[in-house]
Amino acid sequence: MPTLFQQIQAGKVWDFHGGIHPPSRKERTNQKPVALLDIPDRLYIPLRQHIGVAGKVLVKVGDRVLKGQALTQAENAMAVPVHAPTSGMVLAIDLHTSTHPSSLAEPTLVLAPDGMDEWRPRKPLDPEQVDVYTLLERIQESGISGMGGAGFPTHIKVNVKQPVDYLIINAVECEPYITADDMLMQERASDIIAGIEILVKLLSPKAVLIGIEDDKPIAAASLKAAIGQKDNYFVREVPTKYPSGGEKQLIQLLTNKEVPAGRRPLDIGIVMQNVGTAFAIAQAVLDDIPLIHRVVTVAGETLAQQQNVLALIGTPISDLLNACGFQAEPQQRIIIGGPMMGFAIADWSVPVVKTTNCVLAPTENELGAASDEMDCIRCGACADACPASLLPQQLLWYSKAKDQDKLAEYNLSDCIECGACAYVCPSEIPLVHYYRVAKADIRETQREALKAEQAKARFDARTERLEREKQERLERNQQLAAQRVAQQQASGQATQSAAAVQQALERTQQQSGQSLDKEQIIAERERKKAEALAYQQQKQQAQIATPAEDQAPGTAEDPRKAAIAAALARAKAKKQAEAQPEAVEQTAPAEIAPDMDAKKAAVAAAIARAKAKKQAEAQPEAVEQPTPADTAVPEVDAKKAAVAAAIARAKAKKLAEAQPEAVEQSVPAEIAPPEVDAKKAAVAAAIARAKAKKLAEQAEAPLQTEAKATTERALPPERQEPATTPEQDAKKAAIAAAIARAKAKKQQNSEPL
Amino acid sequence: MSFKIASSPHQHIQKTTAQLMKLVALAAVPGIAVQAYFFGYGVLIQLLLAIITALLCEAAVLALRGKKVKAKLLDHSALVTALLLAVAIPSYAPWWLVVIGTAFAIIVVKQLYGGLGNNLFNPAMAAYVLLLVSFPLPMTSWLPAAPLQQQSLSPADAVCTIFTNFSCSGYSISQLRQDADGISMATPLDTLKTDLSQGYTTEESMKKPVFGWLSGEGWFWVNLAYLLGGLFLLQQKVIQWRIPVAVLGSLFGFSLIAWLLSPDTNASPLFQLFSGATMLAAFFIATDPVSASTTEKGRLIFGALIGGLAFVIRSYGGYPDAFAFAVMLANMTVPLIDYYTQPRTYGHKSKGAR
Amino acid sequence: MSIITALWALGILALIFGAALGYAAIRFKVDADPLVEQIDEILPQTQCGQCGYPGCRPYAEAIANGDDINKCPPGGDTTIKKLADLMGVEAKPLDAAQTPAVKRVAYIREDECIGCTKCIQACPVDAIVGASKQMHTVIVDECTGCDLCVEPCPVDCIDMVPLASSIERWKWDLNAIPVKVLES
Repeated sequence: MPTLFQQIQAGKVWDFHGGIHPPSRKERTNQKPVALLDIPDRLYIPLRQHIGVAGKVLVKVGDRVLKGQALTQAENAMAVPVHAPTSGMVLAIDLHTSTHPSSLAEPTLVLAPDGMDEWRPRKPLDPEQVDVYTLLERIQESGISGMGGAGFPTHIKVNVKQPVDYLIINAVECEPYITADDMLMQERASDIIAGIEILVKLLSPKAVLIGIEDDKPIAAASLKAAIGQKDNYFVREVPTKYPSGGEKQLIQLLTNKEVPAGRRPLDIGIVMQNVGTAFAIAQAVLDDIPLIHRVVTVAGETLAQQQNVLALIGTPISDLLNACGFQAEPQQRIIIGGPMMGFAIADWSVPVVKTTNCVLAPTENELGAASDEMDCIRCGACADACPASLLPQQLLWYSKAKDQDKLAEYNLSDCIECGACAYVCPSEIPLVHYYRVAKADIRETQREALKAEQAKARFDARTERLEREKQERLERNQQLAAQRVAQQQASGQATQSAAAVQQALERTQQQSGQSLDKEQIIAERERKKAEALAYQQQKQQAQIATPAEDQAPGTAEDPRKAAIAAALARAKAKKQAEAQPEAVEQTAPAEIAPDMDAKKAAVAAAIARAKAKKQAEAQPEAVEQPTPADTAVPEVDAKKAAVAAAIARAKAKKLAEAQPEAVEQSVPAEIAPPEVDAKKAAVAAAIARAKAKKLAEQAEAPLQTEAKATTERALPPERQEPATTPEQDAKKAAIAAAIARAKAKKQQNSEPL
Repeated sequence: MSFKIASSPHQHIQKTTAQLMKLVALAAVPGIAVQAYFFGYGVLIQLLLAIITALLCEAAVLALRGKKVKAKLLDHSALVTALLLAVAIPSYAPWWLVVIGTAFAIIVVKQLYGGLGNNLFNPAMAAYVLLLVSFPLPMTSWLPAAPLQQQSLSPADAVCTIFTNFSCSGYSISQLRQDADGISMATPLDTLKTDLSQGYTTEESMKKPVFGWLSGEGWFWVNLAYLLGGLFLLQQKVIQWRIPVAVLGSLFGFSLIAWLLSPDTNASPLFQLFSGATMLAAFFIATDPVSASTTEKGRLIFGALIGGLAFVIRSYGGYPDAFAFAVMLANMTVPLIDYYTQPRTYGHKSKGAR
Repeated sequence: MSIITALWALGILALIFGAALGYAAIRFKVDADPLVEQIDEILPQTQCGQCGYPGCRPYAEAIANGDDINKCPPGGDTTIKKLADLMGVEAKPLDAAQTPAVKRVAYIREDECIGCTKCIQACPVDAIVGASKQMHTVIVDECTGCDLCVEPCPVDCIDMVPLASSIERWKWDLNAIPVKVLES
């Protein structure tokens, strides 16, 4: 039993399952030399022409670039740059229809060639003299990605850690019509071999296998001649059968190995490169010519000249076809790629990109469009043709049913979309199209599943965090409460406030045990509805009132203030209908606060009004009354006062839903607390309100009086010494507010409505 | 000017369902011709009746289902179903037999299951079985082959017999079947079965005139003609080799074993291969893509199952010929066979169902 | 007398079988109730609350306790179908609100944002970043498109925008490609 390597050496070629023999029609173009085209008027260079991410753009609109100059720079491993195919001016960097089946627009650089074709300085490398990393860097910098079709960045594919047994050079070119690689081999065999030698240096494989279909005798002979006496280079002619050029199929043909599902060829010690890629590597390393042009087969019977052309990357397809004498038919199809796997384009301004190996403009007679899809007769021709040994009709069945589990069971992911099944289908079912849709759906589902998982994790994390924060606030709150009580008792000045706190605490305890009366809630809602109706009637008034608001931002100097003001205006406009005219009128002056804090005051006022807006829905007076306080604060403290006011109103808003007067009276208490006592009073007031809110939902009347009492007691000190609030007081007031909120929230949680 | 968008592949093999069906019909022509020669022009009338009925039924049901009638009629699948049923029933069977059978095949077996491609059973064979169990007498009233017939029958006789049960000269079917001694002649398979049950040995039974050379006067040639048609289909790649080879192989194998064990009570393998509907079934009926297995291994199993069942029913069952039952029974197993014979996908280790 | 025997026999049989069943119930007991987990797996985890429950898991629990399976607009028909399979009930059309046909994400018009943090608090998956009085922004990749941030915004600067189509997410909808008419 000879070893695999011995068998390969002996020239054995294996076979793969299925496959088809479509008419190849290569004779039309494989005997004419590769033609050179004039430089087109415009070049459209997509910034991303490979699998991966686009590089960073290095040039600006209006720059003059030289031939071969990098237009983008790779910022990570999955990026390869693109280069200027000729010298000229960057006209635009904009969206342009992509050379992709979807015809979606992609960022594209538009270059206006100047006709000089002036090169940037070039630095050829001697592969014998430089190390592997320099070579890899050169390959990446030259923008080389797989030229067979997928466009995978070459520098990644050849940068391997694992040992490589075989380097397979794919010269099969099994698709009908296409002869680009064939012509390249016929004309530039020695360059291709030079490129392969560089690959050998990078990969150090045991042997180089060059797979070529037996319908290309001249190309095979040229390669053999170029190889000469080199050891372990084998040119293997494989029988002409589609899709023998598929990566997996060629591996099976040449080595009788199968790439395990979901793995890469590298995992079984094989690296495959296209001849076009090998040629591009040779050019990049030996001549420092980056990937700026490629051989493209232009074929189809609507063309006067069917031939291979050396096209600059970015050449619009229209230029390519017109240069070959294109005469369109009424229902013309233009296909990028071969007839089996290529895609039709709707817009012929799309450019030649690095993976474009063929442009077809066939007549209807030549490549008849598929007629209407008929019923599957289960003939099994598709299964016989499938090179992956799949069961296409089962896949079709489940694709139509969108049964993703079954599709996975029948290995849809192993479909290489070669089109052999659809080619043989007597019912002309576009099988591949169904599979593509199904695959896209599966990818989407996987993406969604991943996202759902992340969302869930984030949601759980958030829930946990909120819970923790609540706990922390609660603890802090209790500590502070204890401190305050101690302080108050020590000072002995604020018995009234302390009493208020005491009362408030008692009330909370009382209500926490009680459950809410449903009827009361309903009655409450009815009342709110009635109020809302009343406000709607005041709509007109509200509209008249808005101009006052518009004047407000006049004093604001920097744009941010203006933006804020604008936002405010919108906020008002948004709920104008519900909002009350007076509210707007009265709050506006706050923004005219004169000094350096004006900005902050404005912010605060904005917040305040935003809240007021909602508040107004429930309770007109609440807004009316507090606002004058804003205007009254003239100096440094204006800002803090305003913030406090805002917070107060935020609470008031909720409070108001239940109990109008409480808000009315309590708010001023918080705005300008003058002294220690005042601060405590404010705290007390805040706590009281938070509770009052809840309480109010249960029993309106008794609470009202209680809250009134609380605030009235708290008020007097404030009136004696207004507008002298020291800084820390405001801070404490804020803390108090926070505590109040925490409590309110806790209550809400424990007694959900 | 605008460009047309289409999904790849942009190239198609120019062999549509309709063309495949036409080729099947074409391949059946030699068989039908030989059948008409040996068993009377009745078969042509049956064919005509069946085709008309099939097309009418198909059109009606398609219209009811709101499908594109013309496009679907032109796939010629109804034509093939009609053809297969028409050649399977006796040439001079009454007209309503083939009409009922075809209508059942098209309406119930094919369209009610969802139309072409969705029917579990082979429509022609399901209809044949229906007729056989419902109307056993007319369904087994095969005339002896032409050289043995006492009265020569003209095309006019065929029309009369089919539509009135009596030939133009007033003979009934059973009279037409009688030999010179006034004894009703049956098909070779039927005769052999009857004789064996009466204690004759195979060799003794085979001496009767209905057997003629090898496998029965006329029947051998009919089978040979269908074999030729089948080979044509293989050559045209309309059918794959697996099912016919498996059917014939397993029938041959089973009958060979039985014949070697007990030559007196079993017909020879060659007799089995060239009698009754063997070749028709192997190349035209079992290969019906819709109701057959679709995997490579599955097709072998499916074919072998048909061959084996046919042998068992022929030898031990109550009916002289067995392919209709064998095919239907095998049809039932197709989903199971397909499931367990999934090919090993490229790059996967395990095969079949996981 | 014979009746007594029969009764005895039946009684003993009943005991034996009862014991066997009882043993089996303990021996082959299924641990916990994985149903809620399974339902939660199916739900899209947008945490949007459109079902009337404060998140996906509570809704999963509700379904397990017999609530309708058709209350999840973000999941759409696919989710309903899967739930129907799992629960062994008939798939129903989506309750009330129509499913947004396309996936959407929140977008904050940043120059209009006043930095109120309300949307941050509303977001169930913490997909909005920003601080008080600082402009906020949405992390597109984390946004589940639940709409919950739109309502709280006092200045209406949050839009739900359809997720931009990209080549990676393209679903081979050839009919959607615009036919370009060219002058010939």
